[in-house]
Amino acid sequence: MPRNKVSFISLLPLGCLFALSILLGFYLWQLGSGQKSLEELPSALIDKPVPTFNLPPIVGEGVGLSEKDLGGRVSLVNVWASWCPPCRAEHKILMKIADTGVPIFGINYKDTPEAATRFLKNLGNPFRAVGADRTGQTAIDWGVYGYPETFVVNKSGRIKYRHVGPLTEDDLHNQILPLIRRLQ
Amino acid sequence: MIAEAGHFALILGLVIAFVQGTLPLFGASRNNYGLMALATSSAHAQFFAVSLSFLCLMYSFLISDFSVVNVALNSHTLKPLIYKITGVWGSHEGSMLLWVTILALFGIAVAIFGNNLPDTLKARVLAIQGLIGSAFIGFILLTSNPFNRLDPAPAQGNGLNPILQDPGLAFHPPFLYLGYVGFSVAFAFAVAALIEGRVDPPWARWVRPWTLAAWCSLTIGIALGSWWAYYELGWGGWWFWDPVENASFIPWLLGTALLHSAIVVEKRDALKSWTIFLAILTFSSALLGTFLVRSGILTSVHAFATDPERGIYILLLFVLITGGSLFLYAIRGSVLKGGGLFSPISREGALVLNNLLLTTSAAVVLLGTLYPLLLDAVGGGKVSVGPPFFNATFVPLMVPVLLCCAIAGMMTWKRADLLGVLQRLRFVALTAVIVTLVVMWLQGTRAILPAMALGVAAWLIIGSAVQIAERIGLFKISLINSLKRASGMPRAAWGMAIAHSALGIFVIGVTASSAWKIEMIQLMKPGEIILVDDYKITFLGTSNIKGPNYSGIQGQFEVNVGGDVISMLKPEKRRYKAERSETTEAAILTTLKGDLYGVLGEESGVGAWSTRFYFNPLVSWIWAGALLMAIGGLISLTDRRLRVGAPKLASKPISHAAK
Repeated sequence: MPRNKVSFISLLPLGCLFALSILLGFYLWQLGSGQKSLEELPSALIDKPVPTFNLPPIVGEGVGLSEKDLGGRVSLVNVWASWCPPCRAEHKILMKIADTGVPIFGINYKDTPEAATRFLKNLGNPFRAVGADRTGQTAIDWGVYGYPETFVVNKSGRIKYRHVGPLTEDDLHNQILPLIRRLQ
Repeated sequence: MIAEAGHFALILGLVIAFVQGTLPLFGASRNNYGLMALATSSAHAQFFAVSLSFLCLMYSFLISDFSVVNVALNSHTLKPLIYKITGVWGSHEGSMLLWVTILALFGIAVAIFGNNLPDTLKARVLAIQGLIGSAFIGFILLTSNPFNRLDPAPAQGNGLNPILQDPGLAFHPPFLYLGYVGFSVAFAFAVAALIEGRVDPPWARWVRPWTLAAWCSLTIGIALGSWWAYYELGWGGWWFWDPVENASFIPWLLGTALLHSAIVVEKRDALKSWTIFLAILTFSSALLGTFLVRSGILTSVHAFATDPERGIYILLLFVLITGGSLFLYAIRGSVLKGGGLFSPISREGALVLNNLLLTTSAAVVLLGTLYPLLLDAVGGGKVSVGPPFFNATFVPLMVPVLLCCAIAGMMTWKRADLLGVLQRLRFVALTAVIVTLVVMWLQGTRAILPAMALGVAAWLIIGSAVQIAERIGLFKISLINSLKRASGMPRAAWGMAIAHSALGIFVIGVTASSAWKIEMIQLMKPGEIILVDDYKITFLGTSNIKGPNYSGIQGQFEVNVGGDVISMLKPEKRRYKAERSETTEAAILTTLKGDLYGVLGEESGVGAWSTRFYFNPLVSWIWAGALLMAIGGLISLTDRRLRVGAPKLASKPISHAAK
């Protein structure tokens, strides 16, 4: 039998595998023990003022949306993109919220001006104002994990609630609307 | 009674799989033929035990035996027969049982068709299969027993997730698993080769048909899934770079690389260590995919039946199987060095490039899929990775793969004349440029990227055709002689040309449907008319409908082209009572030009309905391309060199049958 030589290179994949599995296992344990959740905001941001940001509008220059627009009244911030199918699915819920008079602000995530404009033109525009986050930096500051995401911001401009994924009728009536009423 | 029989059959399967995984391995190292022969017979026995267990679960579903928890949770008496059958794999437990049944199926197939293998190799391959089988059957019995009873039994079941009650999705898991699990054969061959310390061209020839079969099934499985997402989710898209989609795509990319690198081992006796490594990676990525989908570790539109508790077991199996094989690779891989160096300008050089690009793109997709979750695990916060990332990284990696396809097919082994090949391809290149320019002329200069993509597609399709034409000497010798040559040409060459041109067809579908898609979303009252492309669509009204296990609303839209009514579109919204959920059934009119795709939305106030219409040009070419790719693979599978040495029925003594 030929002599076996164990080189560093050949051990590399094994090392990668173990590093990966330990991380995955650790994450799974965090999920299982309730320390982390796929649907909740990291507790660090709840009750904190909204991160400072300044986004241009979808088309053109200037200010589309900044943290100064939030606060003063209870509002919703929705992170969306035209390429995101669940955003389409929840759109009718946003329209309903907009009908109640609660202002919704949009952060348009990594989208093209044409597609975003077409989305709003075709489906209707529930947003009081929209900022275009073309680099995705603002979404990172907000701790956005999936799309769409919806935040409830209170009168003093602090984040009170975060919802990951599309809003459903159920979420609207059991979570969002009661919370808005309470905050108002 | 039947459920218990299924449970016992599965336990029996575990015992047999364990025997299959241990004794033959020992026998192979001691040259004990009796123990080695045990591999073949236990592979047969394992298949019968496991498939009996599977049939028992299917029977419980067919008779709606709600005293079985799994049936009560996933079935309903009113469910159509076909979905009672496919509901067997609609849940986590059932789909894992399908997983091990298919594994046992591959086991018995290797036992039957592997008569030409050396005894030790066959024993070891089957033993590895047995070990994987016992790990997974053990997992089912310990954590996800589908035969658990419920007392008292409910009078009615919960029904199956309506989104799964669909022909496209019903057959998506079996094909996907045939692919995933099929790669276990290549994996077992790789591990067996590491144990034996020998990889040679015959080895590659034995591995290739199994890899090809798995690859074809996975191609069909992914295409079915994407087709389902297209018509069932009602968003008009066909691929979303969703983590679960990526989980099936990574093994496909690696499996494609494996298919190509195995050819180099076969023809040039080189790239052995890499091919072994790739075989391990391919199956491991399939295992990782199973873990990601089953553990609930990621959020996805497709993640059904998830449970973090079970995740840890699957992770453990993944670490054991992948870790064990990579460890073996680390200590034995150096034995496999062989074959000479080769020139970068040669067919094997091109195949190395193909492998580098395909594995890099698999790594990129893996990174994009896992990055958010790994970052969150180390407390780096939550980030998102979406289509923008994949479009920016994956697409540029694929362009050289597509371009090289046509060139590589014309190169010779050992040392190729690149200049000569390019010269022979100059007409193909010219056509590609003309296609690009014509598209830009028709669509304007803003369409430069889609125009170039169509040029690449033309390059692939015409390049493949030229390859065939050259091989059969078309127009150079008489037509009769050309046809004679065509029929004598190896099937593998036909398979390659078909699969590569299918890639071109796929590229055309992707390009046209994303670049020239028309989207119309509006409120419509009955009698209103809208124009989508050349189609005049009149909303006639809605009516209530009733199906076997749902009720719903159907919209009627008359489609008119140039004054003639050509079709009625009837999109539906269905409400499944037992499952308390709704689905959208898009209405699709498929024509040569593309798909007219209609969706009925919500009713908003006074008799007006929100409606969505899309025109997706040439979108069906996407699935046609995928199907043709799989057909190319199947044709290659019938190549003579893969059949030679396969068991010949006629060679068996006929007198046995007469007795």
